[in-house]
Amino acid sequence: MSSEVWQITWFTVAVAAGSTLLILPGGIALAWLLARRDWPGKSVIETLVALPLVIPPVATGLILLKLFGRRGAVGGFLENTLGWQVVFSWRGVVLATAIMSFPLLVRTARVAFESVNPRLENVARTLGSGPWRVFTSITLPLAARGIAAGAVLAFARSLGEFGATIMVAGFIPGETATLSLSIYHLVQLGRDAEAFTLLGVSLVIAFSAVWVSERFVRRHAT
Amino acid sequence: MSLVLKNVRLPLAHFVLEIDATMSARVTAIFGPSGAGKTSLLELIAGLRRPTSGSIHLSGTTLADFNTRSFVAPQNRAVGYVPQDGALFPHLSVRKNLRYGFDTRHARPAGLSFEHIVDVLEISPLIDRAIVTLSGGEKQRVALGRALLAAPKLLLLDEPLASLDAALKERLVPYLLRIRDEFTIPMIYVTHSPDEVVALCDDALILRSGKMEKRGRPVDLFEVSETPRYRLRD
Repeated sequence: MSSEVWQITWFTVAVAAGSTLLILPGGIALAWLLARRDWPGKSVIETLVALPLVIPPVATGLILLKLFGRRGAVGGFLENTLGWQVVFSWRGVVLATAIMSFPLLVRTARVAFESVNPRLENVARTLGSGPWRVFTSITLPLAARGIAAGAVLAFARSLGEFGATIMVAGFIPGETATLSLSIYHLVQLGRDAEAFTLLGVSLVIAFSAVWVSERFVRRHAT
Repeated sequence: MSLVLKNVRLPLAHFVLEIDATMSARVTAIFGPSGAGKTSLLELIAGLRRPTSGSIHLSGTTLADFNTRSFVAPQNRAVGYVPQDGALFPHLSVRKNLRYGFDTRHARPAGLSFEHIVDVLEISPLIDRAIVTLSGGEKQRVALGRALLAAPKLLLLDEPLASLDAALKERLVPYLLRIRDEFTIPMIYVTHSPDEVVALCDDALILRSGKMEKRGRPVDLFEVSETPRYRLRD
């Protein structure tokens, strides 16, 4: 493979891994809250989290572009306080992939938490454990496989993200060019052979990620 | 020890659980048919549910009082709870299950050493086994040991023999008798088996649709029958 293909592959995998790590703490916390607690506005948050799954990715990208652009509410704040430019940079790619994969992580982790028998948590409390110890010693270990499966699914979704990413980050070679953006770009230029090389790389990575996720889910179910 | 439930109320799906009782026997049976509110009553005492009125006191300490809004969390009550299936932690070994409450408890009363409990319940051969490899009776012994090792002031047993076949029940009863006679931990024993009430308990409370229907010594409440060996007197 050429150095350019390696660079694109490395960047795509790094972005997917980075965005998955970024959403993991919040995703786990939200999944637990949805699975184990009733609170005002829960159904609104549930719907908001699921939105990226049902609205067109480019629409999600447009919302992010408006929010995180230089004149956007969040983007302006980040640029003025931290000097971060989010849109049309690698940060935009991470943001778009994180938002698009967040629902998959939360939904899978929520099911994993719901599958933990609450009686085990109750008994742990009667054995002297406070909420944090119950969570770390009982709930989290028993839900771990499901959460891991959700993280792998989120990673796989990030690898293939296109619509939101092109809106937020554009196609900038060496800066925002992921596998899917590069495939689209090469096909537009008629460089089909190179596009097929990237397609092969995408297939290998995606197949591996989904295969690992399925193994986690199957072991979790048994 | 005395457990006092003063006008405790808890609305359930089909009726309101209403209890006003003092329990101070070594083993008090809560006897009644399925759906009578027995498990909900144990959950109130363990702190897993909050009463909607009334108060609960254990040896002079208020565990819950609706009027003053005071409520002691389950982890601070020192009330052990063994559910019907034992609820052992499947991802931990037998040893780690036993040590779960033992390692965090503040007081370590004499007679409740790790080795002694393991010895009394004959858990030694199981100690390094995974939970999934245990039989029903072994699981219940480990669950009992785990609850005892947390040094509870009161032990709640929710139909501990209900899921076992007759032969296993026969084998587990001596362990329960030994716990009753050897340790000074009072127990509340939920069951729908008259035989278990007569064999194990000093006091019995008959619960039906959330209300205490009768109260008294098992020998006064139950009479000899055939199968089961005892039945509730009319």
